[in-house]
Amino acid sequence: MKILVAVKRVVDYNVKVRPKSDGSDVDLANVKMSINPFCEIAVEEAVRLAEKGLATEVVAVSVGPKQAQEQLRTALALGADRAVLVETDESLEPLAIAKCLKAVCDAESPDIILMGKQAIDGDNNQTGQMLSALLDCSQATFASELTLDGGKAVVIREVDGGLQTLELSLPAIVTSDLRLNEPRYASLPNIMKAKRKSLDVKTPDDLGVSIAPRVTLLGVELPAERQAGIKVDDVAMLVDKLKNEAKVIS
Amino acid sequence: MSILVIAEHDNSSLKPATLNSVTAAQAIGGDIDILVVGSDCQGAAEQAANVAGISKVLVADNAAHAHQLAENVAPLIAEVGAAYSHVLATATTTAKNILPRAAALMDVQAISEISAVVSPDTFKRPIYAGNVIATVQSSDAIKVLTVRGTAFDAAAAEGGSATIEAVASAQDAGKSAFKAEEVAKSDRPELTAAKIVVSGGRGMGNGDNFSMIYSVADKLGAGVGASRAAVDAGFVPNDMQVGQTGKIVAPDLYVAVGISGAIQHLAGMKDSKVIVAINKDEEAPIFSVADYGLVADLFTALPELDGAL
Repeated sequence: MKILVAVKRVVDYNVKVRPKSDGSDVDLANVKMSINPFCEIAVEEAVRLAEKGLATEVVAVSVGPKQAQEQLRTALALGADRAVLVETDESLEPLAIAKCLKAVCDAESPDIILMGKQAIDGDNNQTGQMLSALLDCSQATFASELTLDGGKAVVIREVDGGLQTLELSLPAIVTSDLRLNEPRYASLPNIMKAKRKSLDVKTPDDLGVSIAPRVTLLGVELPAERQAGIKVDDVAMLVDKLKNEAKVIS
Repeated sequence: MSILVIAEHDNSSLKPATLNSVTAAQAIGGDIDILVVGSDCQGAAEQAANVAGISKVLVADNAAHAHQLAENVAPLIAEVGAAYSHVLATATTTAKNILPRAAALMDVQAISEISAVVSPDTFKRPIYAGNVIATVQSSDAIKVLTVRGTAFDAAAAEGGSATIEAVASAQDAGKSAFKAEEVAKSDRPELTAAKIVVSGGRGMGNGDNFSMIYSVADKLGAGVGASRAAVDAGFVPNDMQVGQTGKIVAPDLYVAVGISGAIQHLAGMKDSKVIVAINKDEEAPIFSVADYGLVADLFTALPELDGAL
């Protein structure tokens, strides 16, 4: 069984981004970049399936700039076997990324495609579902548990009402939620070993994919700032303020 | 403009989340139809027909749609949606699962969680955990949008008299099957619809201590939420998580107890009208967004609050 795992290079989750002074986009100059946390969970899940002997090969794929090689090396250090970068400096929308990944899947024929449920930059939560549509395969988003059983994938999903269990025919797309696993830290020897693993670079043109944008970013702005209010002395004062000043309880 | 709103429902009834998308559709302007995809979903369809301002309710009633599996529902939305200028759904886990799949089938770049309508092709949406608001313009012929429920008031659930029409519904794609669900049962208001929400964090210490939160919540008629830390630690189930990737809430009153206030949590609640924070660490970032902060040990403050209500 072959697993393909997609990873995205994004702003580190600890960074609070700000708009550029002209408001045209967010300012990413000299900002720390990392592997998207949900993608890291997807990589961990793929590697665990390989360690259990359920997967024979784990291929990490990213679509993005040359520097996304760093995030692919992270995936390799966590245990992926080889990597493919679809390199472009264009800004990418989920549909364009899904089309690039579809082309890679056509060449690689994975049985399971693991992805993060959303990237923490655009917060789109679309790419896995779109790739599943393009591949005409099964999907389970927001996964908190994945087991393989007799050629099927059984996935527990985190949904608004609680938990839902689905059984998927393969090939299947599974997108990770936060509680699928806790990713390991890459050890130094594994980081060194990752440098020698294969990393193929292709372009969207090589794959015959159009990544022309459909959505134009007209500008970005800060949300209305919330001002810190007051500190109350005790519970009695809190209840009094809520009743008589804010009037939100009676 | 003709707008198709995808109903959020449980077959027997229409869920209030649908009404937020109807308001967003009204902001775009045009004829508004509702599509109900389900099984034995006449109850939901009839309620959809009562929503004010709806022209038509389309119903795809088929056993294959009992659990609204994305592989079965998305082709149907793509087919029905082709006749519209906009396809909208409120960003619940159901819509987030299905709508991008339908958009890809339509070769449309969907726009997630719009928080404002600027014009029929231009929308605002939060990105980077809500730290920045982007204004985006779509060039696709059909706009496929999910709607952030807290950003649009609910439309009137009564007062309409739309016609109900059946639409041919696709068959089971046979790619996935529903096996089971664990639905949290609670008499408390649903988190995203509650006027008051009381949430607990890591500071609660364990799941048993959440009984103090439930007790205060019940006196206030409040829904109960939690931070990611409290869910990860196993204190409470996942459906209670408030935050960037959990539920987004904007009640009249949000009470954060033992929650430090990571940006990912703030992303899920900072549009609440009044925020109260109870935390023993006076440096906790939650105080920077709180209207009323109480620096206190929650194990003393919560019983006191319970007694004072």
